[in-house]
Amino acid sequence: MKKTYLSAAIGAAVLGFASAASAATLDDVKAKGFVQCGVNTGLAGFAQPDASGAWKGFDVDYCKAIAAAVFGDATKVKFTPTTAQSRFTALQSGEVDVLARNTTWTISRDTALGFNFRYVNYYDGQGFMVPKSLNVKSALELSGAAVCVQSGTTTELNLADYFKSNNLQYNPVVFEKLEEVNAAYQAGRCDVYTTDQSGLYATRLALSNPDEHVILPEIISKEPLGPAVRQGDDKWFDIVTWAGYALVQAEEFGITQANVDEMKNSTNPDVRRFLGVEKDTKIGTDLGLTNEWAYNIVKGVGNYGDVFERNIGTGSPLKIARGLNALWSKGGLQFAPPIR
Amino acid sequence: MTDHAINAPATKQASASLIYDPKVRSIFYQVLTVVIILVAGLWIAHNVSSNLARSNTATGFGFLAGRSGFDIGQSLISYTSDSTYGRAIVVGFLNTLMVAVTGIFTATIVGFIIGIGRLSKNWLIAKLCTVYVEIFRNIPPLLVIFFWYSGVLAVLPQPRDAINLPFSTFLSNRGLTFPATIWGAGAWMLPIAIIVAIVIAVVFRKWSMTRQMATGQQLPNGWISAAIIIGVPLLFFFAIGAPLTFDFPVEGRFNLSGGANIRPEFVALYLALSLYTAAFIAEIIRAGIRGVGKGQTEAAAALGVQPSKITRLVVVPQAFRIIIPPLTSQYLNLTKNSSLGVAIGFPELFSTGSTSLNQTGQAIEMITIMLTIYLSISIATSLFMNWFNAKMALVER
Repeated sequence: MKKTYLSAAIGAAVLGFASAASAATLDDVKAKGFVQCGVNTGLAGFAQPDASGAWKGFDVDYCKAIAAAVFGDATKVKFTPTTAQSRFTALQSGEVDVLARNTTWTISRDTALGFNFRYVNYYDGQGFMVPKSLNVKSALELSGAAVCVQSGTTTELNLADYFKSNNLQYNPVVFEKLEEVNAAYQAGRCDVYTTDQSGLYATRLALSNPDEHVILPEIISKEPLGPAVRQGDDKWFDIVTWAGYALVQAEEFGITQANVDEMKNSTNPDVRRFLGVEKDTKIGTDLGLTNEWAYNIVKGVGNYGDVFERNIGTGSPLKIARGLNALWSKGGLQFAPPIR
Repeated sequence: MTDHAINAPATKQASASLIYDPKVRSIFYQVLTVVIILVAGLWIAHNVSSNLARSNTATGFGFLAGRSGFDIGQSLISYTSDSTYGRAIVVGFLNTLMVAVTGIFTATIVGFIIGIGRLSKNWLIAKLCTVYVEIFRNIPPLLVIFFWYSGVLAVLPQPRDAINLPFSTFLSNRGLTFPATIWGAGAWMLPIAIIVAIVIAVVFRKWSMTRQMATGQQLPNGWISAAIIIGVPLLFFFAIGAPLTFDFPVEGRFNLSGGANIRPEFVALYLALSLYTAAFIAEIIRAGIRGVGKGQTEAAAALGVQPSKITRLVVVPQAFRIIIPPLTSQYLNLTKNSSLGVAIGFPELFSTGSTSLNQTGQAIEMITIMLTIYLSISIATSLFMNWFNAKMALVER
């Protein structure tokens, strides 16, 4: 009798677990009341807790945009700091709902790892940083150098390919955590620091003597950074994608956090549709959200340009130029498909 | 009638209290345990397979034959970014073995010295050894590793100002760079010469023992054996024309190029693990020596054995029987702790394994491989130590 109860209980647990895990992400998110977002453990400008412990940064604001779209409240988000190593397992296992962790979109991550990427929030490329005292002008002079790099990144692979294709020797010094790479570079364990250029600017700022380090002109790879979700949940994938495009589209329309309420009175039908005030618009409800979704995003975090300038652009210590990340209409690559 | 009266309640009791029968109860709980373990195992397997199917991740071990694409800083076998994931794991495995073997060797020697030192009658030596044990035993190994790593990096100079040691050896924060040996023709015969020398030494020792038994005269066995083991291969080496050249390190623009290099990550991990484990081994040695009855020492002294020989010939061999079993678990600890090397970028098994895991995303397969390898190393160590223990154990007649 005892055994029957037990096996029945275990059988129920098996069924229960399986059915719970296969529920749609949007329903899960709505049920628990917040978005669980995987971010970097600490990269200035992209994701870093401030003095009061609140997460700030470019990727963090993107997470907030999703929360704003789903709940109409940009604060309904919780952050999971992930290392380069732990980030994919965290997403695969369902520990996070979305991974916004300056992660490069590659075909193998899109296929073999079982993720989906579409929206690119930052077009980046891999570069090198060296101490000025070494007097290096080009990456091609780096033969024989010891290179600090974070393990399990596309950076690590590009580095191997670049040095091999240029017939240069190097000595990799590989760490799992960003903080360890920074410490080793600072201690002079290696001559060169390599990661995405945005990361180099952020790292240089964190060094004790930023002026004594120089970032080399070569960019050796394409690094489109963007949010990733698990495959097999198209509805959630759509929300994550269009939350990003809404930021870009808002900038194109000239809608900012400050003027978004005024813009509701705009006569432009595109703007009215975007903000959900046009009669009979179904864009938001078709996404599984309310028609105010884009309004909420802009109200919550601003447009793409606001987010960029505030965290990594001219309004931040990083002072990264828009470059490739300018709007398509201004010579950059940021382009949102039509929202209609 | 009386028989009936006595038997009836007895049978009744037996059938009523099956649950009070210790034998039945014991079987029931064993069956229950097996069922729980089996169901839990099936449940996990079911979950894993359904989760994998749903997450669309690649599965299987085929990725091991794929090109890894990443480089590894330190490798005992040839490895480039063109090598396979499988080879990357082997590189990590060999690095783990290297740090485990060197670490165990050093930890045993240091532990032995400290353990005996703590029993010394010299007040200063005993106290110093106590302080050593109390410090290292009470700090987490990861901190000890970071301590040595930041110590190595902070104290040693940049490669451009490397400390120049004799024989073209340089010490800097890139590690110890020394001339690499390049063996010429005929060098393969050297290991054979060393084996021959060892055989000669063993034969000599046997002869010397027989002689001592017969005549009572003692020869300095240790010195003569050492002379044979070193001298014979050396003579042979010069006889075949010294086929050895060196690749000297030269100063390059960034680093010293050429020569062989021991990286600071290895040094830090090796020192940290050896000195950390030595503290535990020291306590095991002390307990072992204390565990030998005082009467043994007194009996040896009464027979006129010299004090230095009492420790070596009477106390230590008996102490070994107490020491070996706990020593085994310290060796296993050291091997497992070597996975902490990932924190300072030493490319051991866990490091290369998790990089492969991250590049392929095949967590379950990679974790299984790493578990299996660590388990195999530990079981092999255990088997060896059990064999050694059986050999040292008291032979009862």
